[in-house]
Amino acid sequence: MIAEAGLAALWFAAALAALQLALAAIGVRRSMASGTAGISGDGLTGQILSAVRPVAVVQGALAALALGLLILVFVRSDMSVLLVAENSHSDKPLLYKIAGAWGNHEGSMLLWVTILGLAGGAVAILEHRLPRPTLIATLGAQALIALGFYAFLLFSSNPFARLNPAPADGNGLNPLLQDPGLAFHPPTLYIGYVGISVAFSFAVGALVTRDVGPAFARAMRPWVLGAWIFLTLGITAGSYWAYYELGWGGWWFWDPVENASLMPWLAATALLHSVTVLATRDGLRAWTVMLAVVAFSMSMIGTFLVRSGILTSVHAFAVDPKRGAFILALLAIYIGGALLLFAARVGTVREGNRFDLVSREGALVANNLLLSVVLGIVLTGTLYPIVAAAMGVQLSVGPPFFDKTAGPVALILVAIMGAGPLMRWRRDDANAVLGRMIVPVAATGVTLAGFAALADGIHILPLLGLALAAGLATASIAPLWKRDLRRTPLFTWGMVVAHLGIAVSLAGMASDSAFTQQTLVAARIGEPQHVGPYTITLEGVRPVIGPNWSAIEGKLTARRGDGAPFTLRPQSRFFATPPTVTSESAIATRFDGQLYTVLGQMDEQGRWQLRLWWKPFVTLIWAGGALVALGGALSLFGRVRRERRAAKREEEA
Amino acid sequence: MKAKHQRLILALLALAAVVGAALLALSALKDQAAFFYAPGDVKKTGLPLGRAVRLGGMVEGGSIRKMPDGVSIRFVVTDGVAKVPVAFTGIVPDLFREKSGVVAEGSFNPDGSFTATNLLAKHDEKYMPPEMAGSMHETKTLKQ
Repeated sequence: MIAEAGLAALWFAAALAALQLALAAIGVRRSMASGTAGISGDGLTGQILSAVRPVAVVQGALAALALGLLILVFVRSDMSVLLVAENSHSDKPLLYKIAGAWGNHEGSMLLWVTILGLAGGAVAILEHRLPRPTLIATLGAQALIALGFYAFLLFSSNPFARLNPAPADGNGLNPLLQDPGLAFHPPTLYIGYVGISVAFSFAVGALVTRDVGPAFARAMRPWVLGAWIFLTLGITAGSYWAYYELGWGGWWFWDPVENASLMPWLAATALLHSVTVLATRDGLRAWTVMLAVVAFSMSMIGTFLVRSGILTSVHAFAVDPKRGAFILALLAIYIGGALLLFAARVGTVREGNRFDLVSREGALVANNLLLSVVLGIVLTGTLYPIVAAAMGVQLSVGPPFFDKTAGPVALILVAIMGAGPLMRWRRDDANAVLGRMIVPVAATGVTLAGFAALADGIHILPLLGLALAAGLATASIAPLWKRDLRRTPLFTWGMVVAHLGIAVSLAGMASDSAFTQQTLVAARIGEPQHVGPYTITLEGVRPVIGPNWSAIEGKLTARRGDGAPFTLRPQSRFFATPPTVTSESAIATRFDGQLYTVLGQMDEQGRWQLRLWWKPFVTLIWAGGALVALGGALSLFGRVRRERRAAKREEEA
Repeated sequence: MKAKHQRLILALLALAAVVGAALLALSALKDQAAFFYAPGDVKKTGLPLGRAVRLGGMVEGGSIRKMPDGVSIRFVVTDGVAKVPVAFTGIVPDLFREKSGVVAEGSFNPDGSFTATNLLAKHDEKYMPPEMAGSMHETKTLKQ
């Protein structure tokens, strides 16, 4: 019964989405024809417009109910539900039964649409400053997006389909996914993707009502910021998950699914900066709307790449060409429709304020252009193999391509990032800007010279990365210089922290690629091995049993110089359902880096393969990512607080 | 500068940036894309020397030999048409087996052997790389 109730909730939610779309379309049309009714709030038009908000809230609640019921059938291990039988097992720990609800194609699409519905409900409840017709048009656009995904779920990916007869037990969850990361990584990324869709709906709403201006930008900004924070967290967490779970010692593989999350992030970063120009300076109007369309397109392409099964990875749960075609059709309708609307209405977007080339706006335009270039490169590199495959050529595009093309552009971007916050709005003096840049430039130069002299044979990209990280770190803090720190607005702090986070992360990436040391040996028990500053001895190997796996565990004793010895226990795990072997690396984190160990196989002479890495300051990569997200959160909090106060003052006046 | 001009310049800059990015990307792709080869392809097209490629096929039964250092192996990849000897140093993936599918990343040597920097083993039917699915299928039809 639970599964049927879930399916019913899903159908009701879809029907409400259709109602929401219809009401919004009629209401906005009528209010635009009369020009007044929507604002005064009386009459039939007003009633229609008022009805949209509660419909949006209930639609979100119903989608959440459907997801809740799906989680319930997973927790109860109801094997008569096809999805549970295929992807779960009664022996699985409870956490993975809950998270396993979205560790498969249908469930993850239900999570997607639930977050979309909840976001629509949140817009309906929270947003009060936007003119009502624009808000209702926004909710209409949101309903249109949701409707497509409800159709996708109901017609080609029903998560509640029954299986008759029910099997005794299920197939289990892919062991690579049996990690606390599964509980965290997909929801975070989806909130990011969906947040961008809200920003897109705002843009569509503003285009429909011809109301592109600072008010629209201020309404959209918290959503862009929020989406961006979650994308940042999702990417950072995903990167660390891949780092420790795959046992390859790498933190970014330029895998298409990684790119699928990076591309919306790049577009959202550009949008975040241009929406600030629009909100504070009323400039870059058409450009901001265009970026909202691009960012949404990227999150749709991301969903398509990951969910269509066109890519092979742990993310592509099942290959079904029908589903790929369905998502592709949705993609074409939404992106094509948005571009058409943009082309038709861009003429009505009035010119915003102008600015000089040397100004904060100028730097932000440069930032936007360079981010677009990186985005273009990543998009080309990601789609090229798919296009080639369609033409019968099989190839793959990997790290060498992205490092060589996106790497240099990203470094230029970092240089501009340092300069931007030191410029004034509207107009600035080039010489004065250079004067303010002296300390960061000096920091870059000293770091460059220092590492070039001390670190022999360091490659050019890591060297530049380290130098620019030092420059960017100093430049990021510079806006706080000589300011009363307690009076500095929270969103300025946010900018400083986020930019500093990029510097920290860049330093970690450069340090990892420049200074990592690795040892690969077949080790006899008791024989000391060396990696970086550590001496490591394999003391022994023993079998261990987990809740739904058995493993071979190595006991390693590591010692740094004369320091106290400590133990690391890398494992090779065997899962019975489905039969899979995974290696669990053992990692020791120190303030200046990580010792990363992987246990391989035993050979005929009783030697065990060991792979040992010493990765100096690698943790800065994710610490930087966390700082970037923290900066975003500070900025969001600061903006919302200021808006609240402004609203209060308006009421009192 | 007139308002219209600034807008036009911005639009042109954006267009130039995106086109530039695409051109840069496409020119780099020519050198950096790793093409997929089955052992039989090498006979037809000649050795692709000096570039990263992927070699896919079956690990020939009884061909895996372990080297004395304990971390290097040699094996033969076959697609039923031709055979390529492969050398690899590192920890092999857990599902790397004889008579099972493999995709090796690396480059060919002038003598026709292959030096792999990474091995991707077949997981199960659900997670098989599409290249591999393609080459396996081809092998089957060739044998029939």
